Amino acid sequence: MPLIRKKTEMKKQEPLARAKNFNEVALGYSEEEALLEASRCLQCKKPFCVEGCPVNINIPAFIKLISEKKYDAAVKKIKETNGLPAVCGRVCPQEEQCELKCIVGKKNEPVGIGRLERFAADRERESGSIEKNAQELSKEKIARVAVVGSGPAGLACAGDLALLGYEVTIYESLHATGGVLRYGIPEFRLPKEILDIEVNYLKQLGVSLELNVLIGKTITVPGLFKLGYKAVFIGTGAGLPSFLGVPGENLTGVYSANEYLSRINLMQAYKFPETDTPVNIGKIVAVVGAGNVAMDAARVSLRLGAEKVYIVYRRGEEEMPARKEEIENAGEEGVIFHLLTAPLEIIGDPATGKVRALKLIKNKLGEPDASGRKRPEPVPGSEYTLEVDTVVSAIGQSPNPLVPQSMPELKTAKHGNIVTDENTGETSVPGVFAGGDISTGAATVIAAMGAGKKAAVSIDKYIKKSL
Amino acid sequence: MFKIARKKVLSSTVQLMEISAPLVASSAKSGQFVVLRLNERGERFPLTIASTDKEKGLITIVFQIAGKSTLQLSTLPEGGVILDVLGPLGKYTDLTGVKNAVVVGGGVGIAEIYPEVKELVHEGARVRTIIGARNKDLLFFAEELESAGSELFIATDDGSAGRKGFVTEILKELLDSDKSIDLVLAVGPVVMMKVVSNLTKPYGVKTLVSVNPIMLDATGMCGACRVTVGGKVKFGCVDGPSFDGHQVDFDELMKRLGQFKELEGLSKQKYIDSLKCEKCRE
Ligand SMILES: Cc1cc2nc3c(=O)[nH]c(=O)nc-3n(C[C@H](O)[C@H](O)[C@H](O)COP(=O)(O)OP(=O)(O)OC[C@H]3O[C@@H](n4cnc5c(N)ncnc54)[C@H](O)[C@@H]3O)c2cc1C
Ligand SMILES: Cc1cc2nc3c(=O)[nH]c(=O)nc-3n(C[C@H](O)[C@H](O)[C@H](O)COP(=O)(O)OP(=O)(O)OC[C@H]3O[C@@H](n4cnc5c(N)ncnc54)[C@H](O)[C@@H]3O)c2cc1C
Ligand code: SF4
Ligand code: SF4
Ligand code: FES
Repeated sequence: MPLIRKKTEMKKQEPLARAKNFNEVALGYSEEEALLEASRCLQCKKPFCVEGCPVNINIPAFIKLISEKKYDAAVKKIKETNGLPAVCGRVCPQEEQCELKCIVGKKNEPVGIGRLERFAADRERESGSIEKNAQELSKEKIARVAVVGSGPAGLACAGDLALLGYEVTIYESLHATGGVLRYGIPEFRLPKEILDIEVNYLKQLGVSLELNVLIGKTITVPGLFKLGYKAVFIGTGAGLPSFLGVPGENLTGVYSANEYLSRINLMQAYKFPETDTPVNIGKIVAVVGAGNVAMDAARVSLRLGAEKVYIVYRRGEEEMPARKEEIENAGEEGVIFHLLTAPLEIIGDPATGKVRALKLIKNKLGEPDASGRKRPEPVPGSEYTLEVDTVVSAIGQSPNPLVPQSMPELKTAKHGNIVTDENTGETSVPGVFAGGDISTGAATVIAAMGAGKKAAVSIDKYIKKSL
Repeated sequence: MFKIARKKVLSSTVQLMEISAPLVASSAKSGQFVVLRLNERGERFPLTIASTDKEKGLITIVFQIAGKSTLQLSTLPEGGVILDVLGPLGKYTDLTGVKNAVVVGGGVGIAEIYPEVKELVHEGARVRTIIGARNKDLLFFAEELESAGSELFIATDDGSAGRKGFVTEILKELLDSDKSIDLVLAVGPVVMMKVVSNLTKPYGVKTLVSVNPIMLDATGMCGACRVTVGGKVKFGCVDGPSFDGHQVDFDELMKRLGQFKELEGLSKQKYIDSLKCEKCRE
């Protein structure tokens, strides 16, 4: 077969149309497109792509099954190591993981591994075979385990423990499951229906879900052990938002990205007044930051009718941490980038307390800093003002402090991360395991899942040792 | 699902409900609150836990009808259900060592001070409670507060019960006549808490207020509830809701509370119209 240099394109909604709706932007492969893309895989004997995947999916095997049109078998193959393929196929930074390592990518574009993963999972869902594929598990359970938080780390840990024969209960503080997948990532990147189906799959595996339970307040971690759980996994994420630390950050119209996106995604403020939670979008929105969170906040603003949306970022184009695909999507939809620019002050109307403008300064890049990226330095005299009525701070989140605060014996590091053994997820407290953003700080969906899976293996060992 | 075990109308705008929420009841302490969501489309909104019955697994809430959510809650019958109840949230108010307290409750704050009054009495403190409302019909909980062991003072704007005037006038007299008061605790409308804090400041008496910023998750995840206290940004839901009244920036709090006023008004109006519609169909 002749070599196809480029990845098979995935169809997207037209930028101008999609910037006005919440439907999914990327539309997925058709069967023909998937087969074409699968044919680009060389079926390497030593597949480097697998090393690039934090949960080591057997990539050549599942791609082969797709090319043989054995779609159900392909999904089963993926699910041996990844319970949320429809999610990961959509939001994984593939270009930095599996696809970065793909051998085809050395000279041409790498195989579209994520797109194929998404295809297989979507096909399973659309054909209704998810239920059929759920395994029959033994009714006899080894022991009870509690999982705190229903983000990707908690979901992955719970799923694996259920498959290993444990009776698992997930405790979630919000009224809905999924963590950032629900409250952070918008519908147009990850339809919530997909998340619901993947969570339902866990329920079929026998996992129970207890919503509206804030561990540390409603029940403490020691309290969980008293309830009879033999081990506890903490996957509470990096929920604590950072603010800009400039004057004016408490003016009305200034949101953390968490608040802004939660109002819109979790509370569905985009359907207000059909739903009860309001959000003020304003005409001109400035989002500070350039990660996935910032792109999501900017693109959501356009969809809710903002006339102009700016991204304000202190470093340059190269340094923007968001996925490349999402930066391109944002640009196509009309987001305006103010790079090498830092906020100095949010200016408000003194009478009403509402945001009126954003005072900014231009930066230049200096010597590399601790993170290895060039340090931004302000250029004297380059101050300017942008008229805006909404400012969204998307400059990062730190680990959620609630559980550690309620458990002084649990060791944490400088930024409040729970200290864990990287390979096992063990914390300083016996029987308590942790993983995902709560131990690494804000990272990725698949890294959190990987941590949850590792912890499931160690929890199994820990419990069997003590039986 | 959380069942409304009992419902009592306290005044034209204030209702009390006992809700079955055993986990919340078992760990709640004074000063803490819950977040409710009534149904799939509902918003999350906070209400103070006015008392608990740990044995029966019940919590009591007392709420004032303000906008759509509280209005809709007021229409739910005894035996009805609330979709989500999360709690107990916030730090509890540490009242150990207090000897002589004056507790001020305004409006619906009258119910919110009840657990603190009980706790102070339990701690062995002398407790005087001042409650205020616009008129007699809006007063409630007076008996409860008295039987909890506090000396009760009443102020109404129109003089229809107790003293005509504001709670602060009574508070000032107490502060002038008794130099051993070591705590003033005030819960009620922001304006009232501000005036109380300004009043006690020159007396140098420690003053705690319970702030009521707009909240979303109420678990420390969003920062919607930020309040400036002593020049620092605090999250009302996890650092509070109780703060040193002499340090709180009340003016900022008031502005932030008005943030969604127009939209909230729209939401309430739409709901009222839909209620009328249901009636006309009957
Ligand atoms: C807007 C946004 C966009 C993103 N986009 C991408 C992307 O495109 N690709 C990617 O790979 N990553 C992305 N990320 C990062 C990724 O979502 C996170 O790294 C990942 O979700 C972390 O998973 P987690 O399970 O550790 O925590 P979370 O997803 O944060 O889940 C933690 C859960 O625990 C619950 N919880 C917290 N405290 C308690 C408690 N005390 N008791 C009970 N429950 C509790 C929370 O409510 C939450 O549901 C994005 C993040 C955001 C915010
Ligand atoms: C920690 C905490 C404890 C609370 N405890 C109680 C309680 O025990 N009983 C009770 O009746 N209320 C209490 N509140 C206030 C209550 O949460 C609000 O009245 C409620 O959210 C209003 O919702 P709504 O949809 O009915 O009105 P909305 O439509 O949201 O608001 C209607 C009007 O009320 C104002 N408002 C909005 N939010 C608040 C608020 N948080 N506080 C004061 N005014 C507000 C708005 O500016 C608007 O003008 C508490 C608030 C907090 C933060
Ligand atoms: S889970 Fe992510 S990293 Fe692993 S193969 Fe799928 S897309 Fe690649
Ligand atoms: S490295 Fe690329 S070509 Fe090789 S098996 Fe993996 S996906 Fe296929
Ligand atoms: S309400 Fe979200 S952090 Fe307090």
